[in-house]
Amino acid sequence: MRPGRAPLGASPSAFDRARRTKGRIFAFTCAAAAFVGVASLGALLVDVIADGASRLDLAFLTGFASRFPERSGIRAALAGSVWLLVLTALISFPLSVAAAIHLEEYAPRNWVTRAIQTNIANLAGVPSIVYGILGLALFVRGLRLERSVLSGALTLSLLVMPVIIMSAQEAIRAVPSTIREAAYGLGATRWQVVRGQVLPMAMPGILTGTILALSRAVGETAPLIMVGAVGFLAFTPQSVMDPFTVLPLQIYSWISRPQEEFQPLAAAGIIVLLALLLTMNAFAIVLRNRARSGG
Amino acid sequence: MGVDLTRKGSRKLGESLIGTALFACAAFSTLVTVGVVVVLARESVAFFSEVSIVDFLTGTRWEPMFQEQHFGILPLVSGSLLVAGGAGLIALPIGILSAIFLSEYAGARLQAVLKPLLEILAGVPTVVYGYFALTFITPLLRLVFPGTDIFNAAAASIVVGLMIIPTVSSLSEDALRAVPRSLREAAYGLGATKLEVSTRVVVPAALSGIIASFILAISRAVGETMAVTIAAGNLPNLTLNPLESIQTMTAFIVQASMGDTPQGTLAYRTLFAVGMTLFLMTLGMNIVSQWVMARFREEYQ
Repeated sequence: MRPGRAPLGASPSAFDRARRTKGRIFAFTCAAAAFVGVASLGALLVDVIADGASRLDLAFLTGFASRFPERSGIRAALAGSVWLLVLTALISFPLSVAAAIHLEEYAPRNWVTRAIQTNIANLAGVPSIVYGILGLALFVRGLRLERSVLSGALTLSLLVMPVIIMSAQEAIRAVPSTIREAAYGLGATRWQVVRGQVLPMAMPGILTGTILALSRAVGETAPLIMVGAVGFLAFTPQSVMDPFTVLPLQIYSWISRPQEEFQPLAAAGIIVLLALLLTMNAFAIVLRNRARSGG
Repeated sequence: MGVDLTRKGSRKLGESLIGTALFACAAFSTLVTVGVVVVLARESVAFFSEVSIVDFLTGTRWEPMFQEQHFGILPLVSGSLLVAGGAGLIALPIGILSAIFLSEYAGARLQAVLKPLLEILAGVPTVVYGYFALTFITPLLRLVFPGTDIFNAAAASIVVGLMIIPTVSSLSEDALRAVPRSLREAAYGLGATKLEVSTRVVVPAALSGIIASFILAISRAVGETMAVTIAAGNLPNLTLNPLESIQTMTAFIVQASMGDTPQGTLAYRTLFAVGMTLFLMTLGMNIVSQWVMARFREEYQ
């Protein structure tokens, strides 16, 4: 018997009919709500592509920003984003994975561990602009790294580390304990178990989490404004101490110009940025699926 | 024998070195928090030696750049709360209904399509939402309400609302899924319809997780920066009218750091005082969210 249905033989009462109608209305409302997000994503993409697709060509990708909208390009921003992405990955990945290994495989269950864990969860909720303030005071002014790629990468590393640590912990936790016990049984030390068994099995999951976190970093604007990335640059960084700009910041500087002619440039920049992020996300999803089917 | 012993000894030493290094990496995260607090507190203390903390917290005029300076943070806080409140009005109902749809109604195939799309929505950079607000939402608003300012709180609220839907829906969905099947089946056995099972059994049982997701989403909205800076404007304005131009705490921080602010000046310190206020507000909300989650979690084991 289906729920809300009257017993066999009796015709459904008005009360039951009303209940079923309410149920259908509710189901429809829930479905509609779930599609609001999808519909807005669609509207956003259409809006951006309609505005920017015509400005998207090779000259746009290889040209530097210019006062003249028709000559402007995103070369410096693209190069800056790649520099920042690579440096941030190099700094945050080893530190985060080590922290995750400590918390999952080494840490005793005491108040120190709990405090570190709570602290990481709280750091993940700190607004990105606060990391920018920290980067400004600590790296740009404190360590006198000035407005360099390195200041930006260090700031973004602090920003993404809590996210990478938590996803790495999840990946490590998913490794079955029987694997560890078997290795210990053969006389392996703790580090041998971690390096030889746990890490290789957890690595696809760790990499997926890392790529997703880094794709967030690539889209960040506010903390980089704080550490002094500039919106207008006519050269690409040659070293970690050079000034830099990134895609989202270049887009922001075009959006905030009063002249109409710069809006299509912003839209074209957004298309490039979204394409970059989707590629990273797709890569992460492929890795995740491969890890699932392999395990 | 002797060789074996030293090897064991060095192995032991290596193991403990590795253990220490790993601990140092984990402990580093605590240093980050300490760094945030020290950096914000040091400059804020210097700020409050020049500006009275009472004026800061209760003043209704935020005019740090004017000849006659006023440092009342209320217009900025009200700006942030206006945007976050509006975003909440959009994201909370849509988020929870989507969560119910995904966990109670949608089949596996529909879920496989919808969930990655929501993840993408969460992954779109905030500067892109800002562009969308300025070029799509605001023109629409101006069609319906002709008096709307070009920069207005409503457009910012709408895009920030869209942005935090995935936070609400994915965390609420986790909470709904954690409700054991047996509870649902017991209610069905009593003749309840799916609507009744969802709203009177599953949602109440998952309420702590749902509320925690709400608070976390609002905290994200308060900390949101770029979309708000682009769409809501830079006019500190103590108002409840969402069609007016306002400034949020985050937008002020961006505006203040765009110009070259020399270290040690009052302008530089203002940035940290506002940053401290923002940090404490979001931290408070995050802690309440975790507390609700832990305190009211129903254990079904």
